[in-house]
Amino acid sequence: MDSNQAKQHNLLGSEAASERTLYPYVTGSSVVAIKYKDGILMAADMGGSYGSTLRYKSVERVKPIGKHSILGASGEISDFQEILRSLDELILYDNMWDDGNSLGPKEVHSYLTRMMYNRRNKFNPLWNSLILGGVKNGQKYLGMVSMIGVNFEDNHVATGFGNHLARPILRDEWHENLSFEDGVKLLEKCMRVLLYRDRSAVNKLQIAKITEEGVTISQPYALKTFWGFAAFENPTVGAEGSW
Amino acid sequence: MAQVAVEVPPKGGFSFDLCRRNEMLSNKGVPPPSFRKTGTTIVGLIFQHGVILGADTRATEGPIVCDKNCEKIHYMAPNIYCCGAGTAADTEAVTDMVSSQLQLHRYHTGRESRVVTALTLLKSHLFNYQGYVQAALVLGGVDANGPHLHTIYPHGSTDTLPFATMGSGSLAAMAVFESKYHEGLTKDEGINLVCEAICSGIFNDLGSGSNVDVCVITKGHKEYLRNHQLPNPRTYVSSKGFSFPKKTEVLLTRVTPLQEKVEVIERGDAMEE
Repeated sequence: MDSNQAKQHNLLGSEAASERTLYPYVTGSSVVAIKYKDGILMAADMGGSYGSTLRYKSVERVKPIGKHSILGASGEISDFQEILRSLDELILYDNMWDDGNSLGPKEVHSYLTRMMYNRRNKFNPLWNSLILGGVKNGQKYLGMVSMIGVNFEDNHVATGFGNHLARPILRDEWHENLSFEDGVKLLEKCMRVLLYRDRSAVNKLQIAKITEEGVTISQPYALKTFWGFAAFENPTVGAEGSW
Repeated sequence: MAQVAVEVPPKGGFSFDLCRRNEMLSNKGVPPPSFRKTGTTIVGLIFQHGVILGADTRATEGPIVCDKNCEKIHYMAPNIYCCGAGTAADTEAVTDMVSSQLQLHRYHTGRESRVVTALTLLKSHLFNYQGYVQAALVLGGVDANGPHLHTIYPHGSTDTLPFATMGSGSLAAMAVFESKYHEGLTKDEGINLVCEAICSGIFNDLGSGSNVDVCVITKGHKEYLRNHQLPNPRTYVSSKGFSFPKKTEVLLTRVTPLQEKVEVIERGDAMEE
């Protein structure tokens, strides 16, 4: 990190080459997460788009962090990989203390907030919206950090398009003490709407679960979709030649 | 003899003098007035026997709510209604204009209006103005060919859909529709779904709010349910009511009952093909 800071002094002086993130290149679409009875459920599809091309179809955008948390990210994939590397270092140093304590979700969330906010202040943001969820000592925690450092904690969170399409559904239908099956059904409902209406979504998703016992990330699978509406079959009935 | 300068009227076509004035004013730093937009949630869906349209009732002027209870479901024909989102003046003007064109057409043909007629009139007008008439519409109705639902975009493109949403709250409402819509809804299920979608827009979008208007159109019958749901009541109402400062003397009380509107019954035949 120190070598990066030395280069960034040139920000207001003459810039030989731009060493700040200006636009994202390979991006992931939305992530949706909810608290349920035993912990946190988080769903993300596996697409990495390069502009308007669907370039990578097996990008894992939900990863476990330490023993108590999972991190899901949307936005620039390379910045996500950089964050994973920093968090790996953080967890490693924490383990080396070997004092019986381990970093919980609140601490990791706080670390991520500081990291994102400080990068944005240097005009060199990590172009991600992150969702951090976890359980420690029976306490469930679900928080979000955006690329400019806005962070908050809630019972259900989403990034990107998920804010517009999934959160209205979650606000209506989420309740305390959802069972695992109901939680998965609710997440699948949100992911299906995103699949229909977000152009950068792909029909290959993973659902991650974290409880006091540990982390499980499901195998990738696809959702069932329905296209059989009568109006789609013959939209110009009654007005031949129109559209 | 006094010289009389004869004023020659302009030859017709659009006069761009005011555009020059506007440019001059904005160069001098006078900001143009903001438009009254209807930052809206409007929806429509096709159910078993016809079409149900829904809309919220908030009209905004920038960050201010200028009308808490405006009407966004416009009358086009006895069997066709149109919801409008975008600039309020544009949606009002365009729907009024096409509504009168449809009535003249009805007198000329002697038949009930068809939804595709309204659709074509609206889309050609909007395309003509290349998107400057900012009206995004959800047009629905039942005619001799069955129920129809269309969306019309400000540039003039249209879609024929089983369910549709438009406006700033369209994503919130579409989330509800995509997860809960299926074919063969009954009338009550349809009305409930439309109300749910509009409420989703009202509570999750800042540009939509206040009440829910619903309009149910079936063959030969329509129900305009103005303020069908009022999910935003005033929470605190003073029990004393409004008190005038310093005792106001009541000089005269006169109650005038409003006159009943006269019903005009349309005499159009429903001709098949």
